[in-house]
Amino acid sequence: MSSVKIELRKDQIEKIHEICKSFNYEGGELINVLHKCQHEFGYLPAEIQEVVAEQLKLSVAKVYGVVTFYSFFSMIPKGKFPISICTGTACYVRGAENVLAEFKKQLKIEVGETSPDGKFSLSCLRCVGACGLAPVVLVGEKTFGRVAPDGVKAILAEFEQ
Amino acid sequence: MDQIKLTIDGKAVEVPKGTTIYKAAKSLGIDIPILCYMDLKGLNIENKPGGCRICVVEVEGRRNLASSCSTDVSEGMVVKTSTIRVLNARRTVMELILSDHPKDCLTCAKSGKCDLQDMAIKLGIRNIPGQEFAEMSTYRLDTSPSIIRDMDKCIMCRRCETMCNDFQTVGALSAVNRGFMSVVAPAFEMNLEHSPCTYCGQCVAVCPTGALTEVDHTRNVIAALSDPTKTVIVQTAPAVRAALGEEFGLEPGTLVTGKMVTALRTLGFDYVFDTDFAADLTIMEEGSELLGRLGKFIAGDKDVKLPILTSCCPAWVNFFEHNFPDMKDIPSTARSPQQMFGSIAKTYFADKIGVKREDLIVVSIMPCLAKKYECQRDEFSVDGNPDVDFSISTRELGFLIKQANIQFNGLPDEDFDKPMGESTGAAVIFGTTGGVIEAAARTAYELHTGNTLTNVDFKELRGLEGIRHATIDFGGFPLKIGIAHGLGNARKLLEDIKAGRSEFHAIEIMACPGGCIGGGGQPLHHGDSTILKARAKAIYAEDESKTLRKSHENPYIIKLYEEFLGKPLSEKAHHLLHTHYFDKSKNTFSI
Repeated sequence: MSSVKIELRKDQIEKIHEICKSFNYEGGELINVLHKCQHEFGYLPAEIQEVVAEQLKLSVAKVYGVVTFYSFFSMIPKGKFPISICTGTACYVRGAENVLAEFKKQLKIEVGETSPDGKFSLSCLRCVGACGLAPVVLVGEKTFGRVAPDGVKAILAEFEQ
Repeated sequence: MDQIKLTIDGKAVEVPKGTTIYKAAKSLGIDIPILCYMDLKGLNIENKPGGCRICVVEVEGRRNLASSCSTDVSEGMVVKTSTIRVLNARRTVMELILSDHPKDCLTCAKSGKCDLQDMAIKLGIRNIPGQEFAEMSTYRLDTSPSIIRDMDKCIMCRRCETMCNDFQTVGALSAVNRGFMSVVAPAFEMNLEHSPCTYCGQCVAVCPTGALTEVDHTRNVIAALSDPTKTVIVQTAPAVRAALGEEFGLEPGTLVTGKMVTALRTLGFDYVFDTDFAADLTIMEEGSELLGRLGKFIAGDKDVKLPILTSCCPAWVNFFEHNFPDMKDIPSTARSPQQMFGSIAKTYFADKIGVKREDLIVVSIMPCLAKKYECQRDEFSVDGNPDVDFSISTRELGFLIKQANIQFNGLPDEDFDKPMGESTGAAVIFGTTGGVIEAAARTAYELHTGNTLTNVDFKELRGLEGIRHATIDFGGFPLKIGIAHGLGNARKLLEDIKAGRSEFHAIEIMACPGGCIGGGGQPLHHGDSTILKARAKAIYAEDESKTLRKSHENPYIIKLYEEFLGKPLSEKAHHLLHTHYFDKSKNTFSI
């Protein structure tokens, strides 16, 4: 999994320390600590994992192992407009896969990646509870229903400006 | 303790609560096949991820099969270990593992010593259904100075991870990614070279397949031996002679010093020398350093760096450079015997025989994989020419001897060449935990007190316990000694010192279980402590058989100082025999 090289600011490091402290520096709380960190920073770059490992007295390899095991965790910053395509049962049978393929084609990125300009990122999720609108696509906070592959361009255009 | 009664294959058995089905069956003499499971009893290390599913058994009343290595027994349990259902499941599991494993067994470094190959033979696998369309996972090859990671051959048994994390506390390796993509890798899937790996090689020693192997330098050695313009000399570490015989079917603990010398001479080495010579030299330098620091301490100098830590073990040096950089001025600055040998060979000895430095090739036979890295360190070369050209392991020497069709067991005993083949008993015991500090004590005691030691055996320093303490009467001064083997134990000892929980004057640390006799380059001992004990016994037997048992009595060492070095810690000795350490904590994960 590739990552972007960043340098953490002092206050960011302190924030991670605070999160680790709130879980009593327990190695067994690693997943919860990572959850909180991802919530705080949006993603889990290598630099954050190093601080977490040091605080919880775990090896960085172990932390990285957990980050790469759970698909929820990401080492890539989300785009300004994160695109989530529902691939739950209802959306799937109504052609979500073709919609996903079109997003990949238009953005030239894979699921879990972010476009080079940092604008869009692509992910899949399972059921948003709006099966009547299947297939459903979320862009940021906005929901799109009954999306067909030929409607993808128009959705992206809405966020391009 | 609560006892549990159960039946396995129709036989009743009673075992303590918490026992696994696998162990309960074993107590009945039933050997359930295992693959990922590893039990290093002597080291108290058990790896039971229950991942491979080869050890599955049928448990009455349970819907699915249970992995016997990771399922505890329960009262009244009825277990069947070899039903048709179990045998079919084992076969299917094996076929699935093999469907994602390379089939180049004939040329694999692990061929003949591979647990996976053995299991395929045991289960009578003759074809792999679906092989034509089965996808193979593949991963880049990672070659470090000591260890090769070929993850295509990894079966995710996680044994290496257990050794690296639980036993050594190095934390270089972890299972990463999931499912088909999972591999064992350093953080951020960097290469080993950019991880905190110490090259101790304990992962290689437990790997069931060819996924983790040593970098093989035997071809380079053969090339050097067949080059008529080169003078090729060899040094052998003390632990090698106590284990090499096992590669030829001899009992563990068989000393093969004389046969090894003959074999090396037959292979074509121009001079067969002994690392033990340099071990005696190490004691002269390190012992003098200890006495210097101790003298200052006794005189009331509060800033003196104590305890002094030994520096012979290259994996240990890597470990403190990565993990304890704030303590990097505490270890002895003495180079390891391998490097002292190389340095003296390419100056003093090269001059003596009139050979130019670049025409002298120094090969070392080591029980160790970290030695491969050590001899490639920049600080141990002169104008790009390394002091030690190639370091090969005990196992690699075994291969070389077999390839040359030398009938090892029938060889006569020969002696090492002079001058760098002469050594004392003190040098021999470097090969086992506690040996370096005992050797140092023998010399330092006599130099410090001016008295002759009547009994040179410091039995209180011996043994296989992970951390040992002893106090030696140093002419009225109680010298407190600490000993640790295994890097996890070393970490504990260092953290105790840092926290002020214990106080020592001198500490010996070896990275591998049992010291060098359990090194990552030795014949595989599978954690059997009786093998380690037998090797240690052989080492002490060689020590006892020597007339000279104190390093400072080695006549060739005395001569070396007279003719060349002056005295211990002289400027020349500093230049050729000492080193300095680096803070490697920061550059580990820089990406």
